[in-house]
Amino acid sequence: MLTMIGKRLMFAIPSLIGVVIVTFLLTRALPGDPAAYFAGPAASKEAIEQIRKKLGFDKPLIEQFLRYANDLAHGDFGTSLTTGQPVATEIRNRLPASAELTLLGLIVSITIAIPLGVLAATRPGSWIDHLCRVTTTAGVSLPVFFTGLVLVYVFYFRLGWSPAPLGRLDVFYSAPPTVTGLYLIDALIAREFETFRSALSQLILPAATLAIFSLAPIARMTRASMLAVLASDFVRTARASGLSPSTVIVTYAFRNAMLPVITTLSMVFSFLLGANVLVEKVFAWPGIGSYAVEALISSDFAPVQGFVLTMAVMYVLLNLVIDILYGVIDPRVRLEG
Amino acid sequence: MKRRDFLKSVSGLAAAGALTPAPAIWSSAKAQARSETLLIVSESGPNNLDIHGVGTNVPGYEVSWNCYDRLISHEMKSGPGGVPYYDRDKFKPELAEDMNVGDMSVTFKLKKHAKFHDGAPVTAKDVKWSLDRAVSVGGFPTFQMGAGSLTKTEQFVVVDDSTVRIDFAKKDRLTIPDLAVIVPCIINSELVKKNATEKDPWGLEYTKQQTAGSGAYKVVKWTAGTEVVMERNDAWAGGPLPKVKRVIWRMVPQAGNRRALLERGDADISYDLPNKDFVELKDSGKLNIVSVPYSNGVQYIGMNVKIAPFDNVKVREAVACAIPYQKIMDAVLFGLAKPMFGAAADKATEVAWPQPTKYVTDIAKAKALLAEAGYPNGFETTLSFDLGFAGVNEPLCILVQESLAQIGIKTTINKIPGANWRTELNKKVLPLYTNVFSGWLDYPEYFFIWCYDGKNSIFNTMSYQSKPMDEFIHGAVDAAAIGNTAKYDADVKGFVDLAFKDIPRIPLYQPYVNVAMQKNVSGYQYWFHRRLDYRTLVKA
Repeated sequence: MLTMIGKRLMFAIPSLIGVVIVTFLLTRALPGDPAAYFAGPAASKEAIEQIRKKLGFDKPLIEQFLRYANDLAHGDFGTSLTTGQPVATEIRNRLPASAELTLLGLIVSITIAIPLGVLAATRPGSWIDHLCRVTTTAGVSLPVFFTGLVLVYVFYFRLGWSPAPLGRLDVFYSAPPTVTGLYLIDALIAREFETFRSALSQLILPAATLAIFSLAPIARMTRASMLAVLASDFVRTARASGLSPSTVIVTYAFRNAMLPVITTLSMVFSFLLGANVLVEKVFAWPGIGSYAVEALISSDFAPVQGFVLTMAVMYVLLNLVIDILYGVIDPRVRLEG
Repeated sequence: MKRRDFLKSVSGLAAAGALTPAPAIWSSAKAQARSETLLIVSESGPNNLDIHGVGTNVPGYEVSWNCYDRLISHEMKSGPGGVPYYDRDKFKPELAEDMNVGDMSVTFKLKKHAKFHDGAPVTAKDVKWSLDRAVSVGGFPTFQMGAGSLTKTEQFVVVDDSTVRIDFAKKDRLTIPDLAVIVPCIINSELVKKNATEKDPWGLEYTKQQTAGSGAYKVVKWTAGTEVVMERNDAWAGGPLPKVKRVIWRMVPQAGNRRALLERGDADISYDLPNKDFVELKDSGKLNIVSVPYSNGVQYIGMNVKIAPFDNVKVREAVACAIPYQKIMDAVLFGLAKPMFGAAADKATEVAWPQPTKYVTDIAKAKALLAEAGYPNGFETTLSFDLGFAGVNEPLCILVQESLAQIGIKTTINKIPGANWRTELNKKVLPLYTNVFSGWLDYPEYFFIWCYDGKNSIFNTMSYQSKPMDEFIHGAVDAAAIGNTAKYDADVKGFVDLAFKDIPRIPLYQPYVNVAMQKNVSGYQYWFHRRLDYRTLVKA
């Protein structure tokens, strides 16, 4: 197992190097001049040149790259110009915010989508199958910012049930002492139940928005894969042997149907983590998605590079975890490099 | 039962539920904190707490304004609509207790009891160090100091511990006003020097993250892109103690949510909402809405006079006659702007800027002018705008495109991303575009030096160069420096008339600063920098 993990990590190194080079070149190829942008509206040509020199953008590309690679090797991701903070710190502070939101959204989504998919597969053509179809179609065709805005409008503006969409905590609470960076867990560790409550209530709407969006792939994949498994020989045999329907579905069929679902889950998770930009914008959520987009808009190179690199590392780790899970779920899957 | 009441009762019921925090007031301490705290929401926040920093953005100026003091500041007067408006010509002491203007220098006596946030007294040494820093760090601050002929460190002289003299490089009417803008803020030099490094002798890295001033507020917490928390400095010597104890400034990127926060009463102030929202909020009457025109600011249609066919004044005039002025006012701005067109034909030119042109939409005349210029069938060109301000620019350009098509000018709209806009403008290759310019110092000649002078600064986006224009502008600058009013007035009228006759840029309107606040918030003042001054705000 350990050798397998080590091997897999080794294989990730070339792709990471590739990511570093490509993001560096891509950010440089972006239209827009960061020096002109940050020199401010009243800057003269000389002022812009001064800024360019300060930022090191007057040097040849290869020298800029070597400096960047050297900094990276020392764990320095550079400094963001838009927020003025070191990129590494920003990502460290913002990743938990995105992760907490995405995880909760995914958990909500799984608890609804998997039973829905299983039920739809066992009763094809019934009302629950139609419900599954309608929910998933609606969920996937509503853009997240739209769902988010509607939820805010209804639950905050009209009904007043939800707190103001002002990020992770109400304005008058302070964050719990950082252990994991996930406010729900940190608040419980610190036994600050009011903070927990505040953090949770802030999370409900954005997590629901994400859940609605991610229901579709999970439910559809569960349904399809269950249908295939239910039609297979071993299920027929199990049924013919007189096993109870619940044993057949849960023990035999569901376990075998899990593999594609797990793959979909990993895709959905990594997709949500990067793509919940719009949800973060709507709910003023201080996550990494909105951070990267802000940076992109203002040609702020360092955070974009840092973001892409972090995401690449996350993908590598996620794929590794999924592969290990495969082995756990289905011993037939051999893990050899 | 009315719908609103019904909703209220429903939410009342829900309040009993498990997770309904709504405006969660858990203890009386929190309720009190809320009443003493001002919650501001805006789209974006600062990237640097120090205006001297590299690339400090405009929200950063707001922090500097409230957390640092200058030697002098402006008095207030009653502005448009009765809103308190800074008085360009009247100065009041802030850190100085006395200002003594001589022929070629000005001397300031510092307030004896003025202290920095860490308790160190404000001395003449700090003043010199801060002004030295402003003229030395380069970039925007140095550039802004230069606008008032403050360029060399030798100009700032320590006379004694509490007296500073500033020598004039030359006679310039803008030197004193330039000392009251945001840039020449006074910094705690000992504290910053302690945290400076060899690579960073002015300690810019330190002041980027924390405020080291003597101002009415100090930053206690800053999470970039999320919030800034400021607390009142109870020992402030610069003026009467502000009423608001704590300011929380949250970034809410979604305009719809900012409006919802205001309407629900959760946020106290917001000032960057789309015009349409402001008009609707104004009509609903639930909030206090203040609209004040930008001082010395104009949105315009520019034409590059170096590129054919805009090198022909007749073509430029034709375009000026084909702009759908009133439609822009109504459909794009919802009336929230001051028209800069359509002055009566017999109206005399004023000694003021901005002032309206005499152009009105007249398609027949535009067609005739275009034919006269040798383009009876029109021509093709591109119309560019900055996507960073797409809310106004996009509908504006579509209206202009439609209207120009009527006289045969076919335009392709070219949307340029905000990060790229200034680079493109600097190249001076855009034939036709819309843009806005506004100067901190509210003097006609200041605006014209940037926008019309032959030295072709980056704001002279039209590459307009004209000898008579330069003579008028420099005549006005020199006349102002020695107080020759008659000559000054004649020259200002001269350059305004010439700008409207040659029409390289077509003024459209003076934009408004729109601020929406709760009914219990008062004390808003308009400043040249257009950001909020927390020091006079009151929350009842």
